[in-house]
This record gives sequence, structure tokens and C-alpha cells, in this order.
Amino acid sequence: MNQKYLIPLTTVFLLFLVAYTGVEGAGLHRFFGIVIPYLAVLAFLAGFVYKVLGWASSAVPFRIPTTCGQQKSLPWIKQNCIDNPDTSTGVCLRMVLEIFLFRSLFRNTKAAFNRNESNKLSYSWEIFLWIGALAFHYSFLVVILRHFRFFTSPVPSCIKFLEYMDGIVQLGLPGLFISGALLLAATLFLLARRIFDAKVTYISQAADYFPLFLIIGIAVSGLSMRYFTKVDIVGIKELTMGLATFSPVIPKGVGGLFYAHLFLVSILFAYFPASKLMHLGGIFLSPTRNMANNTRAKRHVNPWNYDVKTHTYEEYEDHFREKMIEAGLPVDKEE
Amino acid sequence: MNKNMIITGLVIFVLAVLSPFWFNMITTTEAAPKPELLGKAKEEKKCVLEKYDMRANHPSLLDEWRDSVVRNSDRQYTAANGHTFGMSLSTGENSCLGCHEDKAKFCDSCHTYASVDPYCWECHTNPKEIK
Repeated sequence: MNQKYLIPLTTVFLLFLVAYTGVEGAGLHRFFGIVIPYLAVLAFLAGFVYKVLGWASSAVPFRIPTTCGQQKSLPWIKQNCIDNPDTSTGVCLRMVLEIFLFRSLFRNTKAAFNRNESNKLSYSWEIFLWIGALAFHYSFLVVILRHFRFFTSPVPSCIKFLEYMDGIVQLGLPGLFISGALLLAATLFLLARRIFDAKVTYISQAADYFPLFLIIGIAVSGLSMRYFTKVDIVGIKELTMGLATFSPVIPKGVGGLFYAHLFLVSILFAYFPASKLMHLGGIFLSPTRNMANNTRAKRHVNPWNYDVKTHTYEEYEDHFREKMIEAGLPVDKEE
Repeated sequence: MNKNMIITGLVIFVLAVLSPFWFNMITTTEAAPKPELLGKAKEEKKCVLEKYDMRANHPSLLDEWRDSVVRNSDRQYTAANGHTFGMSLSTGENSCLGCHEDKAKFCDSCHTYASVDPYCWECHTNPKEIK
């Protein structure tokens, strides 16, 4: 047993139980339904802004051209305009592709020994992390956007269209949303990768497992509410609309599972700025991705160069003219 | 990346996160519907399941009923309170809409509020609409 994933797993279980028993046993509906969600949103925003402002004020003194293609060079050498851009258009394109398609992960390689008798160490292309990451991020995005139906009334048609597309397979009742199932599958895959791939296990810390278990917990509680245990959806929407319009109410007949789900989401929000999940903001500030490789084409002055106090020769001569003349040294100006 | 761009992005992000709050301020928000018991349902005072159980579980109950009727031709449902109901959405006095007469108030108001689009009405019709 590896304590690096056992401790986060236990923590998520405990958090779930704290909210579940807190509501079912101690009747703390207002605390888990109103106080905690507001605090979580505040902590999320304050922490996020604090982190990004901290990064914004850090020095980026020079360009870091980690190139993945030919730099702009002589006219007859073909430049790779996206992977090694020298204009801001190219940089924008590189950032958009990075943010939406995770191209850096696409280049992921793995090192392994050949299984034949040569037993050579070789590197090969490893695409599954990229596929898992794409599936996870996009399904999570769709799940979050779908939840806007709990915060808007009437629900905008774009959210309805998203729900329609997400449930287009019309499987079962209530109809299966592809994004929910995909979210659980993708997080389980990313977890399995950390647990079963020895090289990834070796570099995985509790801080890597905790968000995974937390999101798995959120997905499982959400899916079970929708497909298995069932909840009073109108009651829940009264609560969420109350939160969104600053007139919170606690509906009757909504059980502990919903509050546990809400609590895990709140924990995710509050924990977000202090964790590796801040790559949500950080990806925009990747110094190796968001700067044009024009180190030689343009002059880049160190931004924090201060005004150096100089003492020119003219000033020097003014200072020592009489003494210089006395000593017979040549001077530019006699008087 | 210069500081102004970072601040602009940050402001957009904060606004996006706060969208549930300001969106409800700039648009008129519909309150949660209060399901009304009208006509027969008001007098009968008995239903298939208990109130909150019904709110959460009526879709799966209807799903079970459909299988029961279509596969086993078993059309009668005896509820926990001893009463017997016809397993039908819209046919007969003893069906859902036989008692809850107003579909718009009984079904649609909550479904619209929760943005649920059940496909019941792709096959069934509201008996009121036929006349």
C-alpha cells in the first residue's frame, strides 16, 4: 500500500462523510448548503487572483525559445511559423493550440527497454496521456457548463442545446449524458496510470492523487444522484438559485448525498488556488509558449535595468581641472 | 506577456466565475413553480408514492410501468397506501393525467424550470389536446 494515495483517498472519504453525517445526523443544512459554498467561491477567487498577480509581477527577463521547429532564418530556409513563431500572430496560434489541444502533451514520449534480446533503451511516442487529458478536460468542461441549468431560470437555449447534444444517445432513463460517464472513465484512467505505471507512481505525490480522488468523488456522487439514488431536482434548484440570487433557502426533502456532493465541489474550489490545478491560469503564462522567438531579430533591454549613476569624463575634468593643470596633465577645456 | 493582458484576462475570468450571480441580476429570474393540485387530484388526496419520494422517483417509476405494461401486460399498480392505479400516463380515469388534469401545470412547469426534456410526449399525447 502506498501512503501517497492512501492518505488522499481516506481524506476524500472523510470529507464526504463529514458532510453526509453533518447534514443527515447533525442537521447542519445551512452550514453545508449556504456557508461553505459562499466561502469556497470567495477562497477560490481571492486565491486565484492572488496567485496570478504574483506571477504577473515576477520577472521574465529573457525569452526562452524552447523550439519545436525551424527558427526564422535565411529566406530560403522554411520557418515553422507555429512551433517557432517570430510574430505575435504565430504566438497566439501556438497558445490557442496549446490551450485547446494540449500539443505539449501530444509530444509525450516514454522511455523503456526493448522487449527483445537487444534490450536497448528506446524512446517511443506515448499518446494515451494526451487522449486521457483531452477526454477529462472536455468532459469536465461540459459537465460544468451543464450545471448552469441550476443557476439560471429560465435556462438559456445554449445550455439546453448542450444538454441535448450531450444526451443525444437517449440511453436509459433519465437519459445518459455522455460527458458524465466520460468524466468518470477519464479520471479513473488517469488514476490507473498513476497507480499501475511504475515510473509515474515514482513521481506521484499525495498532491497529485488528492485532486483525482476529489474529482472522482464529485463525479460518483453526481452520477449516483442522477442515475441511481435519485433526488428532488426542483428542490435542489431552489437551493442553487437561492445561492445565485443571494436569498438562500434550504429546501425540504433533499438528502445528505446532495450536500456531500456540494461539499466536495466546495473543497475543490477552495483547494484549487493552492494546488497544481492552478495550471488553469498558469498555462496562459507559460514563458516557453507565450513569447515570440525573436531574441536576435529584436533588441530586448532588461526591463529592470535601473539608471546607473555615471560620472562622465567632462564631469571628471570639471572636478579635478585645477589639480590636473597643476600636475601638468592635458585637459580638454582650459577654463 | 505584458501586465495589462494578464489583468484583462484575470478580469474576464473573475466575471466568468461570477456569472451565475450577475446573470441573475441583469435578467428577470423565474421563481420555482409551486405544483398545484387541481380538480380531481385536489379531492383525492392520495397518490402513487409519498410526496418527496414522488418528486425524486417518478421518472424511474414510469420507466418500470412502461416495461411492466409493454412486456408483461400488467396494467395495475398497487401502491404502498393500498390504492390501485392504472399504469398509464394518459389513458383512463385512473392514470396520471386522468387525475392530474392540467399537463402544463402538473408536468411542464417543473420540467421547464429544471430544464428537463422527457421524451414521454414523443409517443403519448395529452388527452386534452385531442378534443
